[in-house]
Amino acid sequence: MPLADFEPVIGLEVHAQLLTRTKIFCACSTQFGAEPNTQVCPVCLGLPGALPVLNKAAVEMAIKAGKAFGCRIAERSIWARKNYFYPDLPKGYQISQYELPICVGGAVPVPGLRKIALERIHLEEDAGKNIHAEGGSEVDLNRSGVPLIEIVGKPELRSAEEASEYLKALRLSLIYLGINDGNLEEGSFRCDANVSVRRKGESKLGTRVELKNINSFRFVRQAIDYEIGRQVELVEKGGKVALETRLFDNEKGVTRPMRSKEEANDYRYFPEPDLQPLLVSQEWARSVSVPPLPQEVMDALTAAGVPQADARTIVNDPTLVEVHRRVGGDPKRAALFVVGELARAVNEREADLAALKFDPALVREVWKLQDAGAISSTAAKDVLAELIRTGEAPAEIVERKGLAQVSDSGALEAVADAVIARNPSEVEKYKGGKANLLGFFVGQAMKDLKGKGNPGALNALFKKKLGS
Amino acid sequence: MAIDRAQVRHVARLARLALSPEEEERFAAQLGHVLEYIERLQAVDVSGVEPLGFAGDTAAAAPLREDAPRPSLSRETVLAQAPQQDGEAFVVPRIIE
Amino acid sequence: MSPDLLPLSQLSQALAAGSISPEALLEASLARIRALDGKVHAFLRLTADEALAAARASGQRRAAGKALGPLDGVPVALKDIFCMSGVETTCGSKILRGYVPPYDATVVRKLKQAGAVIVGKLNMDEFAMGSSTENSAFGPTMNPWDLSRTPGGSSGGSAAAVAARMVPGTFGTDTGGSIRQPAALVGCAGLKPTYGRVSRFGVIAFASSLDQVGPFAQDVRGVALLLAAVAGYDDNDQTSSTRPVPDYAKALEQGVRGLRIGVPREYFGEGLAPEVEKAVRAGIEKLRGLGCEIREISLPNSPHAIATYYIVATAEASSNLARYDGVRYGHRAKASQLLEMYEKTRAEGFGAEVKRRIMLGTYALSAGYYDAYYLRAQKVRTLIRRDFDRAFESVDAVLSPTSPTTAFRLGEKMDDPLAMYLNDVYTVPANLAGLPGISVPCGFDSKRLPIGLQLIGRPFEEETILRIAHAAEPAEHPLPPLVEGR
Repeated sequence: MPLADFEPVIGLEVHAQLLTRTKIFCACSTQFGAEPNTQVCPVCLGLPGALPVLNKAAVEMAIKAGKAFGCRIAERSIWARKNYFYPDLPKGYQISQYELPICVGGAVPVPGLRKIALERIHLEEDAGKNIHAEGGSEVDLNRSGVPLIEIVGKPELRSAEEASEYLKALRLSLIYLGINDGNLEEGSFRCDANVSVRRKGESKLGTRVELKNINSFRFVRQAIDYEIGRQVELVEKGGKVALETRLFDNEKGVTRPMRSKEEANDYRYFPEPDLQPLLVSQEWARSVSVPPLPQEVMDALTAAGVPQADARTIVNDPTLVEVHRRVGGDPKRAALFVVGELARAVNEREADLAALKFDPALVREVWKLQDAGAISSTAAKDVLAELIRTGEAPAEIVERKGLAQVSDSGALEAVADAVIARNPSEVEKYKGGKANLLGFFVGQAMKDLKGKGNPGALNALFKKKLGS
Repeated sequence: MAIDRAQVRHVARLARLALSPEEEERFAAQLGHVLEYIERLQAVDVSGVEPLGFAGDTAAAAPLREDAPRPSLSRETVLAQAPQQDGEAFVVPRIIE
Repeated sequence: MSPDLLPLSQLSQALAAGSISPEALLEASLARIRALDGKVHAFLRLTADEALAAARASGQRRAAGKALGPLDGVPVALKDIFCMSGVETTCGSKILRGYVPPYDATVVRKLKQAGAVIVGKLNMDEFAMGSSTENSAFGPTMNPWDLSRTPGGSSGGSAAAVAARMVPGTFGTDTGGSIRQPAALVGCAGLKPTYGRVSRFGVIAFASSLDQVGPFAQDVRGVALLLAAVAGYDDNDQTSSTRPVPDYAKALEQGVRGLRIGVPREYFGEGLAPEVEKAVRAGIEKLRGLGCEIREISLPNSPHAIATYYIVATAEASSNLARYDGVRYGHRAKASQLLEMYEKTRAEGFGAEVKRRIMLGTYALSAGYYDAYYLRAQKVRTLIRRDFDRAFESVDAVLSPTSPTTAFRLGEKMDDPLAMYLNDVYTVPANLAGLPGISVPCGFDSKRLPIGLQLIGRPFEEETILRIAHAAEPAEHPLPPLVEGR
């Protein structure tokens, strides 16, 4: 098996759109899904005379990412122009960071794997979109100027599986930071992979190939696996891997050379004269807060006694983490709710996590009712389901559905007396030692009470009355 | 410093300028002449000198922009100057990736 | 003298006094343009309708005693590099023929807010690349003092319009001398402010780290009034300075006694026409007589300025001009393939000088040459700036000729780009160092062609060079024969 003789070396470059309200260099909206060319202005349209004005929020989001991954935040970073011609690039250059990026170093912790070191994180502007149509290509510039961070990982990944795990961890962290929506389909989280292979034991890196257009985790694995196979086969046959950019064809599952990149790239980077160097004082960097990352949340949940599997389920979905946080109270009990009633409702399409109808804090009210004996544990489940579905106040649900439990001792006593009076032979047998008949009496009473009796109270009552 | 026609062609391609053979020749000569003049900079001692980066007023620098949206241009205005458009987007000859 | 021939500051006073109305002033301006511009070709287009409306509104404000300031009702014209909403803006290039911007440059907005009456757009070298206005895609501008000669460039139209008294004030841009050199060649005052003093938003870029907007007028006081109207921080331009704008006209009252003026020996060497030197030296003596202290100084790296400039400026230009690709606006060549579209569009749309500079700049930035050219040039730029920093420790301003010669003949330097570039030898250093510079008339040569002297100041000390220029300027502003002979 020749593949086993080789070691793949993979480094990923991730472009993540930042969740700012406006573009990086102008005040146009970044809202996704608008009609083509309705979110553009002289700046992002590259009109003559227009100048970039840097968005402070974009910088703060980059700082947030840098701090989260333990990067060094550069006190002074420099904007550069990357020059190339393409219809979706209005100015004929992309404003990016080149020699001095805002974040240097750092690492992304990948659960179950290890920490993957980062080269850098830098800020840049996105390009527009070319839509290929019959007889020509259409250019939509709504995306032109949307802020991106490019997260450049070191080539420390050794398989498609590792690459995929790294990407998942990175994506989840960015979502936790609130700076990216993690949407691969809409292109707000994009990945390019640099793939090379070398014979095991060799320290020199092979020629790397850059893979583009891999927009799902499945495609990441497919594209990298295909590329590893292709390169190994090539080298095995005595061929040489060419330094090139290849496009992943997700229908055929293969990579192919990108025709538009055949010409050697010479981006002619130089410092952007229209923008001052980006100065981030230590004070500014310090003031940017970093919310807990997935691993920290995981640790906190398990420390509180939430079972590992439940904790994992919650951590992997930032919405569940948010609901869990908002439910409050006992973390274990909240976790049970989240992975229990809530997950069930979502599965049965009774709830939409993206548009929650209820205030999670109300869950604690249901618990309160249950703990006070006002509703049974069965009723509590019904109330929670109803709460998730409608958002109605728990007390109102109990009232509307008549789920209140009868605990009033006078009412219970009357029913108990009636049950004892109706069933003399059972009373005899019970008194004769058939202790398990207690359930029968409680059941009879519950029937009379239409299920709303407090079973604990009834138990105690019968025991007392039948003198055992 | 001399610049030959092959270099002129390479640079013209990077700059997306179609040059006629006459222009190639003329530019090679003229650029060579200018580059020869510019060559004098190689004699300047710049050791230990930082390049002048930003030309603006670093002592009274402009503040960054707050993240508040402002209205964009109307699509009609955006497309009004386009050599080719279809009412929604700019149109260019088909791009081959 | 007909009131409309008055220099700008006096016109402003006449408007304030009510001795002339904005409407009458505009009418006189348009009449002179119609009479003379067939010969001078300063204008690319008039905005007569908008100007008329603006003049009427100004007249009403003036009559109601609600003038917006000294420029309310003053006719001005702009180099065709300033974007003006709804008005064709070409930057002197075929590639932008017919292009109508959807927004106003900040300078345009501020001028409108000051009540100035914008009468039209002025000729220029294509994308401000040139020193003679001969690189305009729409034909050259002629020097009002001698129609066979250039008014200089690239803001040649802006200079010629003021010299021919078509308008009392104009605006241009100066990347390597494009305001000061034409001002000198037509005999008016022209100021390039400190980099960052005036917003560049809406000003079509040539070289972003060097470009700066500035005014032309017959008189230095007029220049001061125009500068005050457009200077200041702009939140659309991150290279603009937040420093407050002083009252430039008021600064002129301070006189010049005791100011120390440095005369750099490197600016009086080979290539300087003897008649120009003589007039500049006479200007120096005049200032000495007014109480200035004259000191000889050295700016040893200035001889490297032209070479440095032609790397930095062309590199930035090669990138700035990449947006002219035929996709969103401007000219597009017929083509069935994308690459062909780009290459033909740009080949057809740009003139020879622009292509040359794009080529040079692309080359200087390309792989393998960046360090030797661009990076080295930016280091030399630091040295040039340090020269000035050092000089300004002992002097308040630097004085030199503006241009080595008086106006040259049209066509004379068109076949020799380098000779044309060397015209800017005295003006380029101020751009590289980001310093304010002004050219002010200091006499004529034997052919009765104007001569200018240049003053360079410390960053954001426009007041100092305006004061000295005001002291140095002639009491009278002679009319070119073209205007006299009307």
